[in-house]
Amino acid sequence: MRAAALLSVLAVATALAACEREARRFETTVPSPGASAPESPRVGALQPATPQQGGVKLSTVSQGPYEGNAFAVNQGKRLFRWYNCNGCHAMGGGSIGPALMDDQWKYGSSSSAIFASIMQGRPEGMPSFGGHITDDQAWQIVAYVRSMSGQLRKDVEPSRGDTLSGGEPEVARKPEKPRPADPPPQPPVGSR
Amino acid sequence: MFEPAGPQAHLILQLWHLIAWTCAGVFAAILLVLVAILLRTPRAPMPAAPDLSTTDKAEPGPRRSVATAVVASALLLLALVVASVFTDRAVARMSLVDAVNIELTGHQWWWSARYINGPVSDTFTTANEVHIPVGRPVIFTLKADDVIHSIWVPRLAGKKDLIPGRTASLQLRADEPGVYQGRCAEFCGLEHAFMGLQIVADPADRYEAWAAAQRRPASEPADAQALRGRELFLSQSCAMCHAVQGTTAGAQHGPDLTHVAGRRELAAGTLPNTRENLQAWIADPQKHKPGTNMPSTPLSQADLSALVTYLETLK
Ligand code: HEC
Ligand SMILES: [Cu+2]
Repeated sequence: MRAAALLSVLAVATALAACEREARRFETTVPSPGASAPESPRVGALQPATPQQGGVKLSTVSQGPYEGNAFAVNQGKRLFRWYNCNGCHAMGGGSIGPALMDDQWKYGSSSSAIFASIMQGRPEGMPSFGGHITDDQAWQIVAYVRSMSGQLRKDVEPSRGDTLSGGEPEVARKPEKPRPADPPPQPPVGSR
Repeated sequence: MFEPAGPQAHLILQLWHLIAWTCAGVFAAILLVLVAILLRTPRAPMPAAPDLSTTDKAEPGPRRSVATAVVASALLLLALVVASVFTDRAVARMSLVDAVNIELTGHQWWWSARYINGPVSDTFTTANEVHIPVGRPVIFTLKADDVIHSIWVPRLAGKKDLIPGRTASLQLRADEPGVYQGRCAEFCGLEHAFMGLQIVADPADRYEAWAAAQRRPASEPADAQALRGRELFLSQSCAMCHAVQGTTAGAQHGPDLTHVAGRRELAAGTLPNTRENLQAWIADPQKHKPGTNMPSTPLSQADLSALVTYLETLK
């Protein structure tokens, strides 16, 4: 009898956990957690499409809303291509822009730091997307970017993609331990 | 399907009639025989003990009537197979001289159509509403962007799947002018039911006029309100997903909006294309088509109104 009760409690708990993984929100304007009103300046000089005046909103919470939601992470994966993130970061290995699937994070690896990098842009060529994409979609992309180096739960990370890609899917990558980026290589001492 | 408007739909309807009437005939014959047997079988009086005398005997071998029925059924089925093969061949052998070439791509949950006749400068893209000339064959090259879709325009032709990573081809011809409703016929996710396609068959001269208009880039906005709308379109989220030829907006993740105001419906048959609906759609796409890949962009009422005014100029 005790065992049956325990089992049913377990079953309900598992089901509830699965709910969050699969939850889909189709609200009008999805409230952005902690996106603070004070306008922060754009950092990147570029903007996609026609530039906007004014600053962008940043996040005041460190954890994004979609870290446990497989559907949103996969939406992020689609948007990563739609908004041409792969144009500079390739499929995560980096080309013009830095790699996103490694352990080095020049501007921080927390959700809020990645949100800020996307919305404000960064000085060496990262465009400022604030105002050009919705906060909600930015959070989806943040969650996907974190999945690229294995920062999310295994049951949430994407296991497939819509395009050709070399290498392991996100879910099969081993989690990297985030650290600050290496300093840029110095010219060897004594060279002219 | 019962009002065919093209040669292929005619052939398919003929085959349908043949199969339906043959099967109905056979079914009626079987029922008649059954009734006859029931009537002819002698009945024992109620109180009598059941007649068990035949239970130990072997079944009688197939009688001549049974054998005849089996052979007749087999022949009829064979005839239907032959008829269906011939129909298929006739459908596939429609003349394709002077055909219009259209690349039709299925997306979750809308259609894009690229007209690829003639030189590259004649190519243009539209969405969800495909005009074709009456009496001329059309070759659709079928592609899918994300998952498997299927195109079915019952009054014109049979179904064909659109499969990611592959191309298929569907040929059809409309012999009468009119608007023919098409549907996605393969479950493709949340809004599968709202993935409609309209095929508009126009007489040759009207078709050419339509195509010429589609090839032109968007016209320059005439008044301040529309100009402001264009500015918003290009600096807000819209330009990240949509194209308007003649502007810097060139993304192809949503329907091409160069001539959106000339279409009958919005969002693949979800709403009639009126100013109110356009405004309601942009304000909140998720309300009309929950799950659609267009987000609602936060805009003030004045901005929204300017944006809609601009889109309304895109005839
Ligand atoms: C993330 C990409 C995305 C963004 C951003 C976006 N749209 Fe869309 N839009 C779509 C998609 C996808 C569809 C097709 C929806 C469907 O039918 O399911 C669509 C459909 C439409 C339609 C209906 C077109 C037709 O032919 O039926 C209009 C009008 C439209 N969008 C206008 C806008 C405007 C104005 C904005 C900016 C405020 C905007 N969109 C922002 C992706 C986007
Ligand atoms: Cu579909």
